[in-house]
Amino acid sequence: MRIWDQFVEYLSDPATWTGPGSFWTRLYDHVWVSVTATIIGFLLVFPLALYLGHIRRGSQAATAVVNIGRAIPSFGILAIAFLIIVEVGIGGVRTPWSVLIALIALAAPPIFTNTIAGIQSVQPATIEAARGMGLTEREVLMDIELPMAMPLLMEGVRIAFVQVIATATLGALVAWGGLGRYIIDGFAVRDNGEILFGALAVGLLAIVAEAAFSKIQRAVTPKGLKVVR
Amino acid sequence: MNLVLGQADQLIDWAWVERNMSQIIDRTWEHLTLTGVSVGIGLVLSIALTVVVLRWRWTYAAITGFTGLLYTIPSLALFALLVPFTGLSATTAIIALTSYTLLILIRNIVAGIDGVPAAVKEAADGMGYTPRARFWRMEVPLALPVIVAGIRIATVTTVGLVTVTAVIGLGGYGFFILRGLNTFFWTQLIVGVVLSVVLATILDLILIGLQRVLSPWARGKV
Amino acid sequence: MIRLDGVSKHYPGAVLPAVDRLTLDVMRGEFVTLVGPSGCGKTTTLKMINRIIEPTGGSIFVDGVDALSVPAHQLRRSIGYVIQQIGLFPHRTIAQNIGTVPGLLGWDPARTRDRTAELIDVVGLESEMLDRYPAELSGGQQQRVGVARALAADPPVLLMDEPFGAVDPIVRGHLQREFLDLQRKLGKTVVFVTHDIDEAIFLGTRIAMLNTGGILEQYDTPEAILSEPANQFVEDFLGGERGLKRLALLPISSAEMVRGPMIDRTGTRTDAERTMAEHGVDWVGILDGKMLLGWVDRRDLVSPDLNGVEPRPFAVSLSPSSSLREALDAVVTGHARIAVVVEDGAYKGMLDLDGIAEEITE
Repeated sequence: MRIWDQFVEYLSDPATWTGPGSFWTRLYDHVWVSVTATIIGFLLVFPLALYLGHIRRGSQAATAVVNIGRAIPSFGILAIAFLIIVEVGIGGVRTPWSVLIALIALAAPPIFTNTIAGIQSVQPATIEAARGMGLTEREVLMDIELPMAMPLLMEGVRIAFVQVIATATLGALVAWGGLGRYIIDGFAVRDNGEILFGALAVGLLAIVAEAAFSKIQRAVTPKGLKVVR
Repeated sequence: MNLVLGQADQLIDWAWVERNMSQIIDRTWEHLTLTGVSVGIGLVLSIALTVVVLRWRWTYAAITGFTGLLYTIPSLALFALLVPFTGLSATTAIIALTSYTLLILIRNIVAGIDGVPAAVKEAADGMGYTPRARFWRMEVPLALPVIVAGIRIATVTTVGLVTVTAVIGLGGYGFFILRGLNTFFWTQLIVGVVLSVVLATILDLILIGLQRVLSPWARGKV
Repeated sequence: MIRLDGVSKHYPGAVLPAVDRLTLDVMRGEFVTLVGPSGCGKTTTLKMINRIIEPTGGSIFVDGVDALSVPAHQLRRSIGYVIQQIGLFPHRTIAQNIGTVPGLLGWDPARTRDRTAELIDVVGLESEMLDRYPAELSGGQQQRVGVARALAADPPVLLMDEPFGAVDPIVRGHLQREFLDLQRKLGKTVVFVTHDIDEAIFLGTRIAMLNTGGILEQYDTPEAILSEPANQFVEDFLGGERGLKRLALLPISSAEMVRGPMIDRTGTRTDAERTMAEHGVDWVGILDGKMLLGWVDRRDLVSPDLNGVEPRPFAVSLSPSSSLREALDAVVTGHARIAVVVEDGAYKGMLDLDGIAEEITE
């Protein structure tokens, strides 16, 4: 099959693996931008979400954020970020900044919403018992609500991270690197081998990230929440 | 306010919008058809798969695992995987877009059916409903709101993903976004983004309305 | 120990206050139950003592300290709090749950460990449960942990809001009895909310009968309330069978027992016949010195003496500390219409319907 041949050809081409446009560079770029965006997104919304969740005010905001976030296409967010970066003059083409900003905007909503949902999932009786025993509001939040919110919270971070990895692929459309580069370049020169290579690389990365995160999720869930009578 | 409008004037060349109105309308159709066909086929497939799941429960894990896998693969990658085989065509787009709807729809349909209170089913049985009548008269109507919620999510998500098909020559409004990016012509870019959001919101509202119509008993709640 | 002085709670937007200027005193070591219909403000009142609900008027003193002048969380660390839904922390082990307040107070971990081990025993649970999680325990077990958790820092006061309401009646009965023993042993001051008048009567040294709006209709010992309800409201709330409820509170030892038809096993058939004739019955009880052996029917008396006769055991025999209500049950269900009273095997006397009724009609 022609496609398979092209693919094998691409794999065996040394230029794929070394030099400036090498696989390792692109993989690294892709991962670091995803990780950084997720972390920054987390830091931006986590404190506010904790607070809103604790005072039981946030659910409307959380729902609104999810709905709005879903209606705006990730490609659109990337494009707007690009527009802003170019206009502001930080340098648009070939730099990661527009990608980074877009990804932060993408990572924040799931983390925000799930943190609020997680905190609010704690039973009122448990919180009343905690307050009745003399825990300060801060202690109630940090020692009781937060640990118990872990499963939902981690789920939010996982959703955010995987979404970010997926959208980082589109970064190639703003002339950045990352693994999406293979796909876009492949389309341009009709090299099916390159296209396939890129698709497999990104696909595998996303799947590995998802699986790894499931493991992390399980690890940080307090033991007491996992047992069943 | 004037400041914003003033800048909007700079960013958006309204003359361009007027000139290209017919293209905008064409792209609207493209966007709508790609969304509609994908969600439609996705719904049919999901209903079929749900029937399988309801009959043989153990398949649920495998089916959600597989559709989940499809969902995890980034859209651009999925298009890329299909292009060598189905080319730069609407077929490629629809196959990929449909795949993305499967996980959401199946999960929601199953959740809707499962969400019918056991007490209701038992009462229906006790009154003499046949299993089939119970399914169609009790379970399906009660499950509909959740199912429509799933269709809502799938639709809005698909509207967003259609923009990415610009890379394989389609794109609906995504066409304008890509063009705008490549030519640094902000008007096109903004028009593309804004129209996507508007379309997604309109469809969302229509479906919310549908959800409400189908569940008059839930109107008291938020 | 606890003083509520004109305490009120007005919710914004409500026409009437939930609690209207309630004044109540709880003495050290007392077990006060707050009872009343839904909406009477009993739970609101309880929760104002530890300021889970902040009062809008009046003052509250706990052990001489003005409760409103200290930070709420500080106040609460010296008051034990047990609620109906229990509220154990699911993500912590039983041991960690019990050790919560000691942890907050900065206790030495070794001291906390010892205290936890002590308490798990006190509430009647196995020490191997300490490393388990709440989800692994039954409702009754969880509530025992809830009580242990409240007692951990040895607070002088315990506030309890229908703590035994969420378990089944059999478990509830056990919990009530064990907790009452515990409270008497430890000498804790307890304020206990319940809507179950029988529970209030069983547990309380004093009962506060509350009407809608936190109006205190009567505040007295169970015996006093039962024998002399202050008004129609209290009477209605006590429900029917007030006489029987009072009987449940009185021990047999407070009634006058009679000796009844008893003879010693060394007696003769003639003695038995005479005793039976005197009492107008066809059976006699057999004693061996002080010890009660049982009874024999007239038809069993075939020989001149009692040697060959096997005394039958009484179906029910009660101790002097059993209640008169149990005695009444024995009298009504037994063939002989009497209740036999025994202490460590030694015969004390017997009660019949008249003897029991006299106690109520006083």
